[in-house]
Amino acid sequence: MSTKKIIYSTDGLPLEVSLRKAERKNKLKAALLVGPLFVFILITYLFPIADMLFRSVDDRMITKLLPKTFIELEKWDGKALPEENVYEALYRDFYPLAIAKESGKLFQRLNYEKSGFSSGLKRTNRKIKNFEEGNFKEQFIEAHKIWNNVEYWVALKNTAPNFSYAKYLKGLDLKLNQDREIIRIEEDRRIHIILWLRTIKVAFWVTIFCFILSYPIAHLLATLPMKYSNLLMICVLLPFWTSLLVRTSSWMVLLQQQGPINDFIVMIGLVSDDSRPELMYNVVGTFVAMTQILLPFMVLPLYSVMKTISPSLMRAGKSLGGTPFVAFRKIYFPLTIPGIGAGSLLVFILAIGYYITPALVGGASGSLISNTIAYHMKSSLDWAFASALGAMLLTGVMVIYWLYNKIVGIDNIKLG
Amino acid sequence: MALPNYTPIHYRIWHYTYLTICTLVFFFLIAPLFVIFPLSFNAEQYIHFSAGMIALDPEAFSLRWYEDMIWGTKNPWGLATKNSIIIAFFATIGSTILGTVAALGLSSRHMPYKGLFMAVLISPMIVPLIISGTAIFFFMAKVGLASTHTGIVLSHIILGTPFVVITVTATLTGFDHSVTRAAASLGSNPVNTFMKVTLPLILPGVISGALFAFVTSFDEVVVVMFLAGLEQTTIPIQMWVGLREQLSPTILAVATCLIIMSTLILVTAELLRRRSERLRGINR
Repeated sequence: MSTKKIIYSTDGLPLEVSLRKAERKNKLKAALLVGPLFVFILITYLFPIADMLFRSVDDRMITKLLPKTFIELEKWDGKALPEENVYEALYRDFYPLAIAKESGKLFQRLNYEKSGFSSGLKRTNRKIKNFEEGNFKEQFIEAHKIWNNVEYWVALKNTAPNFSYAKYLKGLDLKLNQDREIIRIEEDRRIHIILWLRTIKVAFWVTIFCFILSYPIAHLLATLPMKYSNLLMICVLLPFWTSLLVRTSSWMVLLQQQGPINDFIVMIGLVSDDSRPELMYNVVGTFVAMTQILLPFMVLPLYSVMKTISPSLMRAGKSLGGTPFVAFRKIYFPLTIPGIGAGSLLVFILAIGYYITPALVGGASGSLISNTIAYHMKSSLDWAFASALGAMLLTGVMVIYWLYNKIVGIDNIKLG
Repeated sequence: MALPNYTPIHYRIWHYTYLTICTLVFFFLIAPLFVIFPLSFNAEQYIHFSAGMIALDPEAFSLRWYEDMIWGTKNPWGLATKNSIIIAFFATIGSTILGTVAALGLSSRHMPYKGLFMAVLISPMIVPLIISGTAIFFFMAKVGLASTHTGIVLSHIILGTPFVVITVTATLTGFDHSVTRAAASLGSNPVNTFMKVTLPLILPGVISGALFAFVTSFDEVVVVMFLAGLEQTTIPIQMWVGLREQLSPTILAVATCLIIMSTLILVTAELLRRRSERLRGINR
């Protein structure tokens, strides 16, 4: 006969229950501590990002502006010109907009759907104020020929769905044609693919440059005696703590046509004084400045990994007959791979979303996708498109972030 | 790093090449910052070295751009400095408190879904600023906080907390929890234990997190650019505007001041880090 002996805690409960209770209480305590920040981030950061994603697919503007028309259009088969009832509904929707001068949004959005809409609508906008009751179909057709063209009506009907991924297609230089098929846009207007490729290319090469430059100095920092390495560490940390704008402006000083670097090139006779190369406002400036600015983010993880590698390993490798090069390749380098991974992913993540530096030293040929997002946020005011580009960039960053978390572990990020 | 004298010649060459490469990289890292110093004392309105400056002629140097920065007519730096300090001050307090409390929870071994929460709380540091800026702008506009100091402070709290969370969690990894249990067994309540026992021990981490949060806010330009009206202009915004129009020596004077400030912050942060590591008995 085996009866389990139950152990009781001091408060008379079985120990198991008491422990579970304590465990639950501790969990709750920990969660309560994290709670305030989590709720704060949720409300002010995660929801807004979700809202931004929603904006990028939200396409209810036209349906909201022309509600009656869309109700009537639903019954229309899309083959012959619509009947009088549709034209009347359009008049009932359009007339108040024209009077209140609120029809402007329509022009741009519909012209994006089919070119020619804008001029047709503008003309209709002027003439609609003089329309008379009855026989709207004739009056519309008289106002502009687009209303006599089935294709335009189909295009209008195509905007009916509340959600559209058209902005995402636009971000990849694609569009929907009349029959809702995805096609590439005209060759001379394909600018976004170039931008994406350039952004990835710049981020990739900046990561490579950072790696090549930081490996030797991280090694030096990790192997030098403390009193020297602490001093040299300041060279890494000072740029890290210095304002991004300060560092960018120092590059603007250095890279300008009359700047020290150009002076130096002229002095050593590489180029003549009147053919100083343009080092700034192109992709060269973006590369150089971004590499220097992001270098500390590569040095610090590499350093912290190299610090843990015992020098006796290399000595053992050499004593077993390996040349220093073999010992390095077979022992040291493989041990630093975690640091390389951490640094590269961090630099790549930061580089791919870089905005300030390319905007200031990049010029037109050195600007990246972030600059285009900013342009659509502040100048063209196509917020939905900016959101769609942002969402695409965010997806890329999140994939790398996930990788980083898998490989390095997010709690292993080192600062300073 | 002196080499033993039996070192073969090709290793010697390799060794000195390696040191030269390292020197060049350190130069590449640090030299751009120093080019600003002399140019900010330029007597002329150019931002390249004049012949007089190269000849070290005292006539070629002056403090006029510093005077312009402080007393210049219609200059925006006074308002910008005031705004920057106010915003960074409140943002630092906010992110330090929220971040420290969250870090305490995150480093408890009882915390469920630790990795997930950590990933979410760190995300403002990882997501490109332009995306954070866009999203935060939509939000602040919706709740009516666009073009207000409050809105900017809140958004800087968002951007600053990841740094506090990271530094404080790092400090807490070597934390000996028996001291808090000892305090509790002696009858101290949790708040008292935190204030009297935990906080003094993790203070270096908290302060260096706070410094990060301060610098993040003080240097932040993208989100402010979306949110700020004319009244909320900050130092980075003024620099941004100035750099886009024309690089003037006044901006270099401001930049010099900022470099001095960041040097001071760096020294403080380094001293704190060393003290914290000594306290926690971590030998490097």
